[in-house]
Amino acid sequence: MSERKEAQAPELDLPWKEVSPGGVVDKPGSSVAYITGTWRSMRPLRDHDQCTQCLICWIMCPDAAIPIEDGKVKGFDYAHCKGCGICVEQCPVNIKEPHCETGEMGKVIQMVPESGDEDNADDE
Amino acid sequence: MTDRIRVNLRDIVNNEERLVPGHRLCGGCGEPTIVRQILHAIDTPVVLSTATGCLEVSTSVFPYTSWNVPWIHSAFENAATTISGAEAAYKALKRRGNLPVDEEITFIAFGGDGASYDIGFQFISGALERGHKFLYVCLNNEAYMNTGIQRSSATPRGAHTTTSPAGEVIPGKVQWRKPFTRIMAAHDIPYVAQAAPHNYRDLMRKVKKAVAVDGPAVLNILAPCPRGWRHASDQTMAITKLAADTCYWPLYEVENGHKFTVNYKPREKQPVAEWFKTQGRFRHLFRPANEWLLEEIQAKVDEEWAQLLHDEECSS
Repeated sequence: MSERKEAQAPELDLPWKEVSPGGVVDKPGSSVAYITGTWRSMRPLRDHDQCTQCLICWIMCPDAAIPIEDGKVKGFDYAHCKGCGICVEQCPVNIKEPHCETGEMGKVIQMVPESGDEDNADDE
Repeated sequence: MTDRIRVNLRDIVNNEERLVPGHRLCGGCGEPTIVRQILHAIDTPVVLSTATGCLEVSTSVFPYTSWNVPWIHSAFENAATTISGAEAAYKALKRRGNLPVDEEITFIAFGGDGASYDIGFQFISGALERGHKFLYVCLNNEAYMNTGIQRSSATPRGAHTTTSPAGEVIPGKVQWRKPFTRIMAAHDIPYVAQAAPHNYRDLMRKVKKAVAVDGPAVLNILAPCPRGWRHASDQTMAITKLAADTCYWPLYEVENGHKFTVNYKPREKQPVAEWFKTQGRFRHLFRPANEWLLEEIQAKVDEEWAQLLHDEECSS
């Protein structure tokens, strides 16, 4: 997670004479420095203890916003998650205890409205 | 189905992301999921080209890029041509000893349905005929979504788009969609397949198979567009599943132009109306005045499905 946020942002206000010929971009993956988490109106929350680590949310996420640590999903990359809800819809695990964050039954991942006062660049 | 290629997420989960976040594709877009699935299925280094379209503009907002791998964009129509040139260049570099001969590199061109069915059509055909070893992927969202939902030749009959608006004059697009997958297969190339992202195992297996053949391969993949299809952003995968279950979008593959295999046969084939119900672009089809069109489309889907099963039977 942390190395993602530290990805080098490209220089945005280059004078035209210093722009690379042909518009070639030589720093790969720089869009990580661009925050799309502000688009979100709903926030996905995961109950880690009840998660079976099936990895389906990870392979289905359009924004690669489910970080992996030692082969396991770890929270959400809220700096980039757009809140589309595909992970919730695709989550196949029905929990046996109430969700640790929402207190509701249902799936391991659940959506709650975004309050708007949180820092979108944060992470759990 | 007899294939032994297996996809296990645990084997690939630690791979580096080749399409990183921060791209500007809409929330719930089907395309980035498909691209991630494809790139996670490939073990070798890759070189990509992308035709103009949603994927291209949203992943390369200058001076940012969402690609962690070499990526080229030149114009709308020539993603297949661009990747042909790249493939030929690498071949030449190997011949001259500038690259290790045994270094395997996978070449992939991405295009939307506009770039594949319409604008880049002859260029794909040319690249397939020349026999470059590359994979062409059509990310099919069934209209020109990037410019504001205009109809393309992939748009199905009856769909509302901004240039085939459903109303008193026409009930959505008048023409049938082009049978692109079959046209590609008719080039007698080693591998052509149709896939959808809800079935990631099938999709990734097809990618592995496609890049293993010696020659060109084409994948036509259904990529839902929440904006253009008018559905909730979390329904993307559920909708492609329904497309397969109604046989509107059969998952099948064609080897060497003649060997058909249907990879998914729904236990209970659902009426195509079930698929239409999920999307606002087909809403008008449920008006009593348009009942005939719904019946006509169902008949066409049934006919195509029967033909596919027949082709499979004939080639076994």
